[in-house]
Amino acid sequence: MHIMKNTFWGYRRENGRVGVRNHVIVLPVDDLSNAACEAVANNIKGTLAIPHPYGRLQFGADLELHFRTLIGTGANPNVAAVVVIGIEEQWTKKIVDAIAATGKPVTGFGIELHGDHDTIMRASKAAKEYLQAASELHRVECKLDELWVSTKCGESDTTSGCGSNPTVGDAFDKLYAAGCTLVFGETTELTGGEQIVAARCRDDRVRADFMRMFDRYQEVINRHKTSDLSDSQPTKGNIAGGLTTIEEKALGNIQKIGKKCVVDGVLDKAEMPTSPGLWFMDSSSAAAEMVTLCAASGYVVHFFPTGQGNVIGNPILPVIKICANPRTVRTMSEHIDVDTSGLLQRELTMDQAGDKLLDMMFRTANGRLTSAEALGHREFVLTRLYESA
Amino acid sequence: MIHCVLHDPADAVAVVVVEGVTAGTTLTGLILDEDRTITLPCVQDIPIGHKVALRDLAVGDTVIKYGIDIGRVVQPIARGQHAHVHNIRTKRW
Repeated sequence: MHIMKNTFWGYRRENGRVGVRNHVIVLPVDDLSNAACEAVANNIKGTLAIPHPYGRLQFGADLELHFRTLIGTGANPNVAAVVVIGIEEQWTKKIVDAIAATGKPVTGFGIELHGDHDTIMRASKAAKEYLQAASELHRVECKLDELWVSTKCGESDTTSGCGSNPTVGDAFDKLYAAGCTLVFGETTELTGGEQIVAARCRDDRVRADFMRMFDRYQEVINRHKTSDLSDSQPTKGNIAGGLTTIEEKALGNIQKIGKKCVVDGVLDKAEMPTSPGLWFMDSSSAAAEMVTLCAASGYVVHFFPTGQGNVIGNPILPVIKICANPRTVRTMSEHIDVDTSGLLQRELTMDQAGDKLLDMMFRTANGRLTSAEALGHREFVLTRLYESA
Repeated sequence: MIHCVLHDPADAVAVVVVEGVTAGTTLTGLILDEDRTITLPCVQDIPIGHKVALRDLAVGDTVIKYGIDIGRVVQPIARGQHAHVHNIRTKRW
């Protein structure tokens, strides 16, 4: 494990958390505010608008998740400051106040009684000040155990289960031993391997929490399905890549949590972990939904193994792509950060593959842009629980 | 060259990890958990990422991969044949 270092260079935020990016974001509360947010980001070069299609007439647990996701995104330590814009002031203020509780600079603007022009002008002034202040922040040396790392795989094929996913597993085993805060999820994609995850839980309480979330999601599938789900899970891309059943996909998926990590706790969607260790987060297996939830939970680096070549990124969370399929590495090289195809030809040991990923993790944490960042992939997808009112 | 890999020596299928595997090829298979190789004849063209059967499988048999159940056989599969959605189905959902 020669690659493991004890420190990386990050941005220490007001609440003590450490980020590896320094974004100033312009965050809409709702779909109606996307245009103003994009205008502000266009005015103030270097800020980042995060448009999305929701935020009106949601209620109950679905609305709570909407707020939790937007607040978590703004509070993420990869973000230096936030401008929030909503159609009206009350929900805008709710998000601003929760982000402000972290000590981060944040200001909100409601469009009603002002219109887009006046809102864009005032929000642009705030965004300019935030951007210039953020540009004077410096990276400081931080301890490895301050790094929060998430994982989710996508466009998996059979090489994911024998190459890229166990690479993440090897890296997770090493980061777990170093005291990092880790997360995995994809609830339905554990189907057929749920007992393996249950056996890895720290104690009976965690195991019961995990199985409750697993069973709840199975009930959702059973309530809405019109077939055995073989048209959706595995996906058409998975099947083209050689994966045959959900059980096979799940057993490959679970390779990401390594051989030694223990599942220390269970999180609801976009919920923040309260201590180091490996967490399971109840989540969709759709790539952008899950990665968006990881960012909202406070994770600052993401490991994304792929087989057939998922191109996903995230606005604020650097997504490191790992691939062991030699055809994908050849045909989609611009998307792949870490090539571990040598594993399948005995040219690379699992220990070496894990170290190769950790080397890229340190470089990424220290500032290297991922392929997804360089290509402009900023998928931000909110998870919905049910219809709007 | 390694043509296919399997996880556990008890697995019924292996994953083809190179392009251009055709009927008549003698495949070298790597058992990942034991770091040793096996050989078997390939009797159909099999795309990269897809599975080859390591032994004859009858309808109703459980398919083992990673040493664990990944589904059931719905059409007979002979050793060296392509094993996928046309002859294996999920036991879940």
